[in-house]
Amino acid sequence: MEQLDLLMQGFAGALTPMNILWVIVGCLLGTAVGVLPGLGSSMAVALLLPMTFALDPTAAFILFAGVYFGGLFGDSTMAILLNTPGQASAIASTFEGHRMANDGRAPQALATAAIGAFIGGMVASVLVVFLSPTLVALSSSFGPPEFFALALFAFVATSSVVSDNVLKGLAALVLGIGITLVGTDGVSGLTRFTLGSPQLFDGISLVTVTVGVLALGEVLYVVSRVKREREDLETRVAGRPFLSRKEFAEAAPAWGRGTLIGLPFGVIPAGGAEVPTFLAYEAERRLDRRRRVPKFGKGAIRGLAAPEAAGNATTGMAMGALLALGLPVSATAAIMLAAFKQYGLQPGPLLFDRSPELVWALLASFFLAMVVLLIINLPFAQLWAKLLLIPKPQLYAGITLFCGLGIYATSGAAFDLVLLLVIGVLGFVMRRYDYPVAPLMIGMVLGPLAESSLRDALLSSVGDPRVLFSSPITLVIYALLAVVIALSVRNSVRKRTRRDL
Amino acid sequence: MPPVAGDEPQDSPPTRRRAFSIGFGVLAVPVIGVAAYQSIRAAAGGTNVRANLTLVAPAAAGGGWDAFQREMQQTMRSNSLVGNVQVVNIPGAGGTIALGSVGQLNEPNTLMVGGTGQIAAQIQFSTESVITDVTPIARVVEEYAVVTVPAESPHQDLESLLEAWRSDPPAMPWTGGGSFDQLVMTDLALAAGIAPQETTYISSDGGGEAIQALLNGTAQATAGGFADMLPQIEAGRLRGLGVVAPERLDGVDIPTLTELGYDVTLTNWRALFAPPVVTAEEIGELEVLITEAVAAPEWKDAVKRYYWKEVPLVGEELTQYVADETERIAGLFAEING
Repeated sequence: MEQLDLLMQGFAGALTPMNILWVIVGCLLGTAVGVLPGLGSSMAVALLLPMTFALDPTAAFILFAGVYFGGLFGDSTMAILLNTPGQASAIASTFEGHRMANDGRAPQALATAAIGAFIGGMVASVLVVFLSPTLVALSSSFGPPEFFALALFAFVATSSVVSDNVLKGLAALVLGIGITLVGTDGVSGLTRFTLGSPQLFDGISLVTVTVGVLALGEVLYVVSRVKREREDLETRVAGRPFLSRKEFAEAAPAWGRGTLIGLPFGVIPAGGAEVPTFLAYEAERRLDRRRRVPKFGKGAIRGLAAPEAAGNATTGMAMGALLALGLPVSATAAIMLAAFKQYGLQPGPLLFDRSPELVWALLASFFLAMVVLLIINLPFAQLWAKLLLIPKPQLYAGITLFCGLGIYATSGAAFDLVLLLVIGVLGFVMRRYDYPVAPLMIGMVLGPLAESSLRDALLSSVGDPRVLFSSPITLVIYALLAVVIALSVRNSVRKRTRRDL
Repeated sequence: MPPVAGDEPQDSPPTRRRAFSIGFGVLAVPVIGVAAYQSIRAAAGGTNVRANLTLVAPAAAGGGWDAFQREMQQTMRSNSLVGNVQVVNIPGAGGTIALGSVGQLNEPNTLMVGGTGQIAAQIQFSTESVITDVTPIARVVEEYAVVTVPAESPHQDLESLLEAWRSDPPAMPWTGGGSFDQLVMTDLALAAGIAPQETTYISSDGGGEAIQALLNGTAQATAGGFADMLPQIEAGRLRGLGVVAPERLDGVDIPTLTELGYDVTLTNWRALFAPPVVTAEEIGELEVLITEAVAAPEWKDAVKRYYWKEVPLVGEELTQYVADETERIAGLFAEING
């Protein structure tokens, strides 16, 4: 229980009035940035970096922890209320979460998300505290062959999102993969489908597509129907402010499952929280179909609870991986790494030995940030939900503005705004003609992962395909894949699959 | 636990107070947004470089160029060298998007950091914007690569690594976090008598991923940035075989490649560039400003932290240096593509 002692010392360092103020400031700031479509936590952390020059290390990292997790909480708020996720990891929350909001259960949806994020983040923080050293060993066993197996597994596991209308679903999936092909090919250095335009050399970012298809596409769609549908403001925010015991009981297992799905992904030293959120959503959806009264498609609380918990579990673990491995595998992590260096610290295997007091204060501040976020988010759920009281013209005009602002702020390029508009129209067309947008997003997340890991694996083995089955991890993943396929074949043979919606 | 606002009836129309509180919640959002927007919006007024200066990082937040500019900003701020100094990220196409943007500015009060990476990108993609579109003001620092293998690699020294590489070049995959790392590998291959087209290079996204590729066995060696590699070398997870630097680095017990008999001296230099409209007088002002900044203790501290080496160079010599480097990198790319 040495870790527990150290953690308590960490709390002692973190729990000064000044530091508590910083964590609250960080949480509010992070939440505020998170609710802007397209502006994620990495931007918030980058803007804050200069502030750290004026703070002592503990306060600075506590502030960062607040911003980091606050961004995640904020992302899902907008995803649920307005179907406009700020980052790719909140996409899965829109599917059922936004339906709940439309059903007049916005406060409950927000509470479900906040509690889910809290549970996922908490469990991850606990595991980080006790397992950090072990993470080092685990992470280095994950190479391209494992990533390829994982991508294949995720493709198959999320296949049911295309199954409602196979042809349209596959079309959307192929479109998503196609978009990711634009840009410079990382392996050969050649440019693909860029039409010679330097602005496209880095490809089309997932954030732009997310905001374009989901947020702007939604706006255009709503606008196109605004005359046809009478809006009923009152029912949109009806419902109790908090979860009933029944709802709580219903969401609880999904929170647990989501957390379990999310945790391992945080250890994998690359890739974001998108894949686990989709997997968690999909797992719940499959479970839902076996119930007597399937609820998916009508605002199922579990369909929101699971991805929220998974997303935060992954992010929490990823932060642990950053500390233990010292690898800047995401933009946010890279900036935090720079901040560590600012104080003469080097995250990595030696950090726990060299400056334990700071590490443990940071870990303690994770817990603080979680608690603070839960406290400020639950009451705010009511407040946020009232955003929906804004009449549609003003509300959607505001969303459009923030979409543009968020995209422009990350790159400062007018070209990206044009791109956003084009993709927004695409999103509208897809909605108008009933093409599901989820497969497009899944294609964009998994396509490049599958492509680059397959090519890297084959490069590394000088073209020998056996490398793909060379490790125990790959074999386990392929075995799971076989089970998933066998189960779905069995299900469809028995015709037990019930359509939701 | 009932939430604070729970006592209000659900279905009543919004009262003034409620509307106010909504407004308040919504206000928090634009405040951040405007702050972000303002930081993007480049210096609009004043050509006097001491009043208002924009530092352009030609990459997204979180990379080497971004770190350089944020350290520079901090140095200038804490020494009050410039009235208002801000960092603007213009990512894209290996830094050449920023080349294009800065090349078209009409105000002189902008300094973009640039170097090997941009030149590599301009050659690799044959971009319209090239490094000669902007005016070099001062070379500031350079970074060194270190030839690194995983700790469990059988190769204890560079000679053994090169021996194995020479005997079967494709079977020894190298990795790197950017085009500079690949150029160093190519240069080393040439020096060791290995045809660059036969080598296997697995590109990683940044130094962190390159380290990961070494640790999980995807790649067997890298010529990675010193600041990324050193902590892992110290931790005993990687082994440094040779530093690609003109002379040994202070306190680092790794021989240089020149010492080992391989003439590989490619360094990752960082220079500051201004828009082409600068007059000779303004160039002078900017040079003085940079000289003052790099003399500040904050900057010296950053140089130490990032394992940079200060390599000041200005004027005609710098212009010639940039031209020579462009030629040299073009030569290496010609080798890569056979």
